[in-house]
Amino acid sequence: MAEIMENDAGKKTSGKRRPKKHSTHIDMTPMVDLMCLLITFFMLTTAFNKPKVMEITMPEKGDTTKLKDRPVIAADRTINIILTEGDKIYYYVGAIEKGKPTPALIKTDFGKDGIRKYLLERNKVVFKEIYELKEKVKKGELVMTTDTLNAKIKEKKKIDPKAPIILIKPAEKTKYRNIVDIIDEMAITNIASYAVVDISPDEVKLLETAPK
Amino acid sequence: MPKIKLPVKSPSIDMTPLVDLFSLLLTFFMLTSSFRPQEAAIIDTPSSVSEKVSPDKNIITILVDKDNKVFFNLDNGKDSSTLYRKDVLISVGKQYNVNFTDEESTRFSKLASFGMPINNMKKWINSKDSKESDKCQIGMPIDSTDNQLAMWVRFTRLSNPNAEVAIKGDGNSDFKTVKKIMDILQDNKVNKFNLTTNLVKEEATIVDIK
Repeated sequence: MAEIMENDAGKKTSGKRRPKKHSTHIDMTPMVDLMCLLITFFMLTTAFNKPKVMEITMPEKGDTTKLKDRPVIAADRTINIILTEGDKIYYYVGAIEKGKPTPALIKTDFGKDGIRKYLLERNKVVFKEIYELKEKVKKGELVMTTDTLNAKIKEKKKIDPKAPIILIKPAEKTKYRNIVDIIDEMAITNIASYAVVDISPDEVKLLETAPK
Repeated sequence: MPKIKLPVKSPSIDMTPLVDLFSLLLTFFMLTSSFRPQEAAIIDTPSSVSEKVSPDKNIITILVDKDNKVFFNLDNGKDSSTLYRKDVLISVGKQYNVNFTDEESTRFSKLASFGMPINNMKKWINSKDSKESDKCQIGMPIDSTDNQLAMWVRFTRLSNPNAEVAIKGDGNSDFKTVKKIMDILQDNKVNKFNLTTNLVKEEATIVDIK
């Protein structure tokens, strides 16, 4: 089948007797077979796309001595997102305080028209700014490196003094996927400040009366 | 009428170009491939929009599978002469009075992720086939009474201070377990984690606001 053709030109017809020339045809089929196998092996074992990671930084633990110095935040800036089992998600604005009516728990979902819509509405000013900046870079009106762009975005995140602060509170049986989803939602809606914190007993109680 | 005889041609094909191409492809794959590390459990990571690529050297990976079993992995560091795994195994072993021979620790340095109490480690290192070694992977103890994960993290960070932590959790694992791991890490002064995710592009646009 596969062979290297040898040029037969130059046959000598002298009277000398020579040992019969062996043809130099090489059958390449086994080599091709082997190569096929090797290529398949390498293709299947190669990890092409490197895994992606999402970075998350947690506040350092144990430093509760400076509790008094914490800045006071307007209650209506904080949005508490409570995650619970069965991919359910609730939110309420403000804080649960004694002597004040308990805020209503609103049920929503992970879809595009669920929590994202609400977060975008609350974070409108910052989101618009960043979106316009990104569009300009995409269209080539502004030329900058990704580093400068990221720095600019970071700056823009600070412009709105009314931008929401999100507290993510996973309840007992929350799946890990939901946490990743909600942190992802923060990235999509360009929310500047958010934190994953423990759920309080008051909120657990509130959750019991929540709409199913 | 006489039949027209077609000259019989030999059905040989010149395979040289094919071989050329194959050898090129083979060389390419051999040079570019980094082998997929064998993992102790199948983990279906959740998806996110993050495009940050996970570092491939100096990394501690903590895996959580869907049954909330915890596995641990560390690498040997940037160049092949540093064998962090070996050092870490010996120091963790000392902590629990398990002594490893030189042969065992060398063998360990070539293995991948693991999740078992240190007492079962010897059995895992010396297991002959994958069936036997899979049986040993029962999950790393992370309870406060027997917190071996903390030990592994501490000694890895001691021998390789540059090591970053990546948590690779299954989407269906409980956040409680992941939270516990995060707490253990924070006790060891790791406050920045990388959560391994799948990249799925998703974007909100200005239209969504109106």
